[in-house]
Amino acid sequence: MPERTMIGAVLVVGGGISGMQAALDLADSGYFVYLVEKTGAIGGAMPQYNKVFPTNDCAMCIISPKLVECGRHPNIRIMTLSTVIDITGKAGNFTVRVLEHPRYVDPAKCIACGQCSSRCPRSVDDSFNIFMAKRKAIYIKYPQAVPLKYQIDPEACIRLQHPEKCGICAEICPPGAIDFTDLGREHDLRVGAVIMALGFQPFDPGKTRAWGYGLYPNVVTSLQFERFLSPGGPTGGVLARPSDRKPVQRIAFLQCVGSRDRNRCNNEYCSTVCCMYAIKEALTIKEAYPEVEVTIFYMDMRTPGKEFERYYERARTEYGVRFVRSRIHGVEPKGNKGDLRLHYINAHGKQVEETVDLVVLSVGLETPDAMVRLAEKIGIHMTPDRFASISAFMPVHTSQKGIFTCGAFNGPRDIPQSVIGGSAAAASVSALLNPVRHTQTRTLPPPPEQDVSRQEPRIGVFICHCGTNIAGVVDVEEVAAYAATLPQVAHVARNLFTCSQDTQDLMVQQISDKGLNRIVVAACTPRTHEPLFRKTLKSAGINEYLIEMANIRNQNAWVHGQEPETATAKAKDLVRMAVAKVRRQTARKPLRIPITPSVLVIGGGVAGMTAALNLAEQGYRIHLTEKTTQLGGNALHLYQTWNGEHVPRFLKELKEAVQQHPRIEVSYTSTVAAVSGHVGNFTTLIRTGSSRKRTIDHGAVIIATGAKRYIPEEFEYGKIPKVVASIEFDKLHMHNETRVANGKSFVFIQCVGSRTQERPYCSKSCCTHSIQSAIKLKKEAPSRQIYILYREIRTYGQRERIYNQAREMGIVFINYEQHGPPRIRRADSGVLVEVWDHVLHRPLEIRADMVILAAATLANPEAVALANMFKLPLSKDGFFQEAHAKLRPVEFHVDGVFVAGLAHYPKPLEESISQALAAAAKAGRLLARKEIALEPNIALVDPERCDDCALCIDVCPYRAIKLAEYRDSEGTLRTTVTVDRVLCKGCGICQGTCPKRGIDVAGFTTAQIEAQIDAALESPAPEGAI
Amino acid sequence: MNREPVILAFCCNWCSYAAADLAGISRLQYPGSIRIIRVMCSGMVHPEMVLHALNKGADGVIVVGCHLGECHYIKGNEMALARAEIIADTLEDLGIAAERFQLTWVSSSEPERLAEAFRAMSARLCALRAPATAEAADAAGEEA
Repeated sequence: MPERTMIGAVLVVGGGISGMQAALDLADSGYFVYLVEKTGAIGGAMPQYNKVFPTNDCAMCIISPKLVECGRHPNIRIMTLSTVIDITGKAGNFTVRVLEHPRYVDPAKCIACGQCSSRCPRSVDDSFNIFMAKRKAIYIKYPQAVPLKYQIDPEACIRLQHPEKCGICAEICPPGAIDFTDLGREHDLRVGAVIMALGFQPFDPGKTRAWGYGLYPNVVTSLQFERFLSPGGPTGGVLARPSDRKPVQRIAFLQCVGSRDRNRCNNEYCSTVCCMYAIKEALTIKEAYPEVEVTIFYMDMRTPGKEFERYYERARTEYGVRFVRSRIHGVEPKGNKGDLRLHYINAHGKQVEETVDLVVLSVGLETPDAMVRLAEKIGIHMTPDRFASISAFMPVHTSQKGIFTCGAFNGPRDIPQSVIGGSAAAASVSALLNPVRHTQTRTLPPPPEQDVSRQEPRIGVFICHCGTNIAGVVDVEEVAAYAATLPQVAHVARNLFTCSQDTQDLMVQQISDKGLNRIVVAACTPRTHEPLFRKTLKSAGINEYLIEMANIRNQNAWVHGQEPETATAKAKDLVRMAVAKVRRQTARKPLRIPITPSVLVIGGGVAGMTAALNLAEQGYRIHLTEKTTQLGGNALHLYQTWNGEHVPRFLKELKEAVQQHPRIEVSYTSTVAAVSGHVGNFTTLIRTGSSRKRTIDHGAVIIATGAKRYIPEEFEYGKIPKVVASIEFDKLHMHNETRVANGKSFVFIQCVGSRTQERPYCSKSCCTHSIQSAIKLKKEAPSRQIYILYREIRTYGQRERIYNQAREMGIVFINYEQHGPPRIRRADSGVLVEVWDHVLHRPLEIRADMVILAAATLANPEAVALANMFKLPLSKDGFFQEAHAKLRPVEFHVDGVFVAGLAHYPKPLEESISQALAAAAKAGRLLARKEIALEPNIALVDPERCDDCALCIDVCPYRAIKLAEYRDSEGTLRTTVTVDRVLCKGCGICQGTCPKRGIDVAGFTTAQIEAQIDAALESPAPEGAI
Repeated sequence: MNREPVILAFCCNWCSYAAADLAGISRLQYPGSIRIIRVMCSGMVHPEMVLHALNKGADGVIVVGCHLGECHYIKGNEMALARAEIIADTLEDLGIAAERFQLTWVSSSEPERLAEAFRAMSARLCALRAPATAEAADAAGEEA
């Protein structure tokens, strides 16, 4: 497409977490974004959740900053209550017709005061609370909604149904925002690309009577249960039976409701997330109510993600959640008091009956019909499971060029996968529209900053409830009352969620109204939330560094959950310390320096090559280092993807594209020898071969160093030649080696080296891999006997289809437990495998011609050196530990460094490719800024105290401090200590060394630390005073 | 003296402060009389700050940095280690029990190790049961 007709704007359809991530990445990469959302507010499903697995973070706390960021971004236009009617044109130049439904409230006028809602006479069931609470006909979707604007439900509104009646809201609305004549409008948007992040809906179990949903009040869905647990939910986070509000004693979770089921619904696939969310909900109950008996009835526990297996183990062993492997087909009432009866077959084959108070149906994910219709209209191919049909090699591309997809619309997936998908789609758009980057965007100058250096401190203290995370333990009212007594505190406020959009607006307002010039936020941790509050200070026209956070959640409410009084006293101390510190805070200006517009990609596997190619297409120079003599990495051993796509062909094309791209330079037999610099300007020493070294300057780094495979020590591997590992077997199979060709009986053993005490994680792709090999063997010769010995079959998502196919073909699946693994011994012409058969309840002996071990994926041992050079954390299992498991899945706390592929965690090819694109999106987003603002937390010399002793010069690890000569006013030659602003990293080793208090790191000065110490030790209420 | 010993903990931004956040996420429990002060690096903590805290009535001071060789700033924790020896000598000269100061290493993925260090120090200080310095004792006396 000629560049002059391309448009540097993008349409993102769907305002859930995936769409939001795509919008943010694109808007920061130089594209204007229309974010179209069908409901009245963005956020998607996440705001309905109480917590997220496996971090147990509060969902609202982590999504809030993203909501706010979308809401205030100058290059994102959020269009709510809007649906896409039609898309015409082609890649680079589409016209999209969007229908904006009437809101009946003018968002430009609405101040969200809520008077309308409080006076509205009509209450209806609230869909946000899954019909377990009421809302008014005029309402906001949820309290932290973005945009925070009321909307009228036309079905419920008395006035809209009966034009002569009611209308109270219009009469009382202070700014006169209500407009009953609103007809909505159509928009024609011109965009260069479209991202479909259409999301999912929970399965409706009321479609059949089997589970009793809709019949018995004490049968609820997992999403309803999530609302029960949520502090903002219908019960305020208190667990009680819906039928009689009595405390709950026994809860049963039924897994796979609306998933892995071809009888009661047509959802053959596994919904991927339900095992983990059920464990999460079970853990949440056990934490709050340890005496409640919680049982999860499941078919296979599918916990293949990073840190999932440990989470599962913790639930089982530490919290006493009971796991029963049995699918329950029906729920019946017992008696007339609301109790429920369950029947199941236990592990010993016996029929068992149990009575519980509450049944939670772990409902699956499905694509809403309207979204299927939209996809069909636009011409996006769908899978038989009604998800977007995508190639594993192009995991965010649809069948229509220029139209991309991400999130659960691409198949059921969890939050990190959706976030990765959003970023991956953004990277793909960036590559497509690179010629017209920065053509549709605008930059708003920040509001003028007032100089507060001569003002007396006027401190505002904002105390966060964090739902019940803080307020459930700490007496926040008492803390607020106490904060108000501290010197120079001019204002104290409490907020349900201090990070939500409405609180940011409120904060800006109060900074101006009360003339505040220093802010303390007593909430979670500055490591995650300080950037958000800094932006708020900036928009309020005061310097962004005049803030201090008191960590009263992570380091207080959560670690003293059982001691509310202690936690309240400590919260007061922490607030006092923060106030003492912020009082001595001074305004700082970041130093802006240009970014080197190139990226170092470490590792020439599929992840590294994918990231390199995308970034090269985005217009950046790439250095790709590969430690071996060829590109391809672990994918060189792969034959096909789960849905049968041919890997070697794809790999060949990818390698050629990388090798031929003019902006990519590949260094073979190369490793990183040393690293210096920082985000935007790294300098890395690359060692090639054994001697040659060269230095590379780059603005960002992507680590894609892959993983290793486990060499089994068990199952007579290496001793019996007919026992082989999967990857070896693939090679033998491909060449139809005699052992394979003549084989009549094959046994696959799963979890070899995975999910053990030493390596308590799942290697994620082995179940699928073994099943594929088994199917291929069976297809070649249907008479072959094939057995798969497994602990849990984890064919998550649409992979379930091949599991079903394998069973239909007669492949035998035999379950074994970790404590009773199969035993292998040599037989005359083959191998004898002995395993306990749980169906027949007796040991089974299988004579196998070959035994194939599904060996674990291990962290690359070379990761340790790399982690050390770039200062990155590794997980307990040796994989790179990302900044946040949910919302920052490819980033680190060290800026400018990103991770993708197996270096992060074992995963199948399409997830590596997605993650590589996501990492490319982040690197591209960074480089698109062209210059970087360096943190101004650097060392400053106090000329009054410094006596030029130069002790600081020797200890500075960055050689940032120098002794400079100058002539004073009388012409005498003098020396002084100076700090290089770019070289200084603000570590403060100089500060810890200086005998004269002559050098200080801004934001952590000796005076500030001393003030914190004094404040910490000054008891607000001496012992025995209360 | 039945109260829990008051401990000031200097935690570096990259490892131990992150571990303290993770301790919260993992809901680990430790004594409520520990007050964390965030510093960029353990090497930032001046010996004077440790003495100042003990003088002002802290029962103990713990400096927590990244593991040796893993410092975000190359060698800040090595500096902290070198200073710890000076601090220990000074405490001895002043007649302050060595248990009142501790330097330890915790990575960002070791919240259990951090919580355990806090619990252990608290238990050790409980056994001492006297104000750290004469100055602190005077201050306590005046308050009473």
